[in-house]
Amino acid sequence: MHGLINRSLECFLRDTYGSTVWQDVVSRANLPFDRFEAMLDYDDRLTYAVLMAASDSLSKPRETLLEDLGTYLVSNPNNESLRRLLRFGGDTYIEFLHSLDDLNGRAKLALPELELPRMTLHGGRDGNDFRLVCKGPPRGFGRVMRGVLRAMADDYGALVLLKDIDGETGCEEIAITLIQSSFSDGRDFRLAGPVGV
Amino acid sequence: MGQICIATADLAQVLPMHLLLASDGTIRQCGATVTKMFPGRDLTGQMFFDCFTVRRPCDVGAVDDILAHQGAKLHLVVRNARKTSLKAVAVSVDGGDGVLMDMSFGISVVDAIRDYDLTISDFAATDLAVEMLYLIEAKSAAMAESRKLNTRLQGAKVAAEEQAFTDTLTGLKNRRAMDHVLTHFVEANEKFGLMQVDLDYFKRVNDTLGHAAGDHVLHEVAKVLLEETRSEDLVARIGGDEFVLVFHRMTDIDKLNEIAARIIQRLEEPISYNGQSCLISASIGTAISDGYQGLTADKILMNADLALYASKNKGRACNTVFSEELTQEGPLVDVTTPSLTG
Repeated sequence: MHGLINRSLECFLRDTYGSTVWQDVVSRANLPFDRFEAMLDYDDRLTYAVLMAASDSLSKPRETLLEDLGTYLVSNPNNESLRRLLRFGGDTYIEFLHSLDDLNGRAKLALPELELPRMTLHGGRDGNDFRLVCKGPPRGFGRVMRGVLRAMADDYGALVLLKDIDGETGCEEIAITLIQSSFSDGRDFRLAGPVGV
Repeated sequence: MGQICIATADLAQVLPMHLLLASDGTIRQCGATVTKMFPGRDLTGQMFFDCFTVRRPCDVGAVDDILAHQGAKLHLVVRNARKTSLKAVAVSVDGGDGVLMDMSFGISVVDAIRDYDLTISDFAATDLAVEMLYLIEAKSAAMAESRKLNTRLQGAKVAAEEQAFTDTLTGLKNRRAMDHVLTHFVEANEKFGLMQVDLDYFKRVNDTLGHAAGDHVLHEVAKVLLEETRSEDLVARIGGDEFVLVFHRMTDIDKLNEIAARIIQRLEEPISYNGQSCLISASIGTAISDGYQGLTADKILMNADLALYASKNKGRACNTVFSEELTQEGPLVDVTTPSLTG
């Protein structure tokens, strides 16, 4: 699994629960080191071992942790660059949702080795109901996307309702209902990045 | 040629960076993104050449000149404080009564979005500008991570080298390893013999046959030293052509003399390199751990060094065993072994 995913998981656990929890996860998962490098590749088993260890250590279901990871990736100030990349998807939440079709391709442009599931957005009849289908590895990424979708709604100031639905095998599906597109002001976003980026 | 009719509002939708010029160069209408480049200024009715300079082709000063380059790429500069450079293309419209020009930022897009506070909707839906911005930011973030990793790896490499016990050229132990072993032996009151071995005429090999030949000689010397010592002894290269041998639990001077003689003899055998013969020898100074009160690693190294200099003074290619007389001033007295080589 790409180091970026492992490193994200590590930073999420460190930033949210503290170094002590992270060290506990390291020893439970038998990691031969205590920090992942974002630009190296790791055996997939390590990632799942970390996830299971974190679930045990925090007594939280894996699904909850993955969803929280998704939220963390968008809303934590340490990950501003990722939030910005997602905001490049469009000026509105609906445009952002449509841009998810391209997320896999966009990620590949920047990091050809990064494997993300293929994502397809299906639009509902009245224009406010959507269905996001995530197909392919890594396993559980749909849960992360749930957190991302929720946090990005806050970012755009949209009010949405998310629901898991049973998809076909190997797919994770999320039903998205957009209740109000400008529910709050959302967070500021400018195309021009911070100076020096 | 067929004609199409398009509402000006629709034109603005498809081409947010277009200009519609009258034949006299008056701007009749412009896209919303163009307006953003001239805040507080209404472009409609202004002269095109008051707002833009055509930099290339260089002969363009009137609308007719623009039409003479119909369809070709134009390089423009905005006549404002930012002096943004633009790419443009123009065609004649309305049966020659006007000019339609479409513009793009090209590479200046990064500055333009900052200078004019542009948003995604300021670009045509088909414009790749946002993809380009996305790529720039994504690649910069990836590059920053890689650079961080490189810096850490570099730090780790330096740390590993500092902790290394091996001489990378010969594969022998290095000075650090020698210090380590000597300190340990002294602290544990172990008996040992120590030889400082200095190659003779090595500089001549390096100077006449080159560094590659010199490196080859050092490899061969390392081989000899390892062959003439036991596995429990330490063989270290502590300088360019300086070696230290530490013989564990061996303080028998006769035996050490014998070993030294054998080493010198073997090192004097010509070493062939690329058909050339390299001739060297060695001077050796030996000291043993017996007979000291308060032995230190520095002390025994210094004494072996004194013995080594005695060997050099005697004309090189020989071994000297340290004795107290060597520490006295005055002419060196040949107290121990004469040269054992022929």
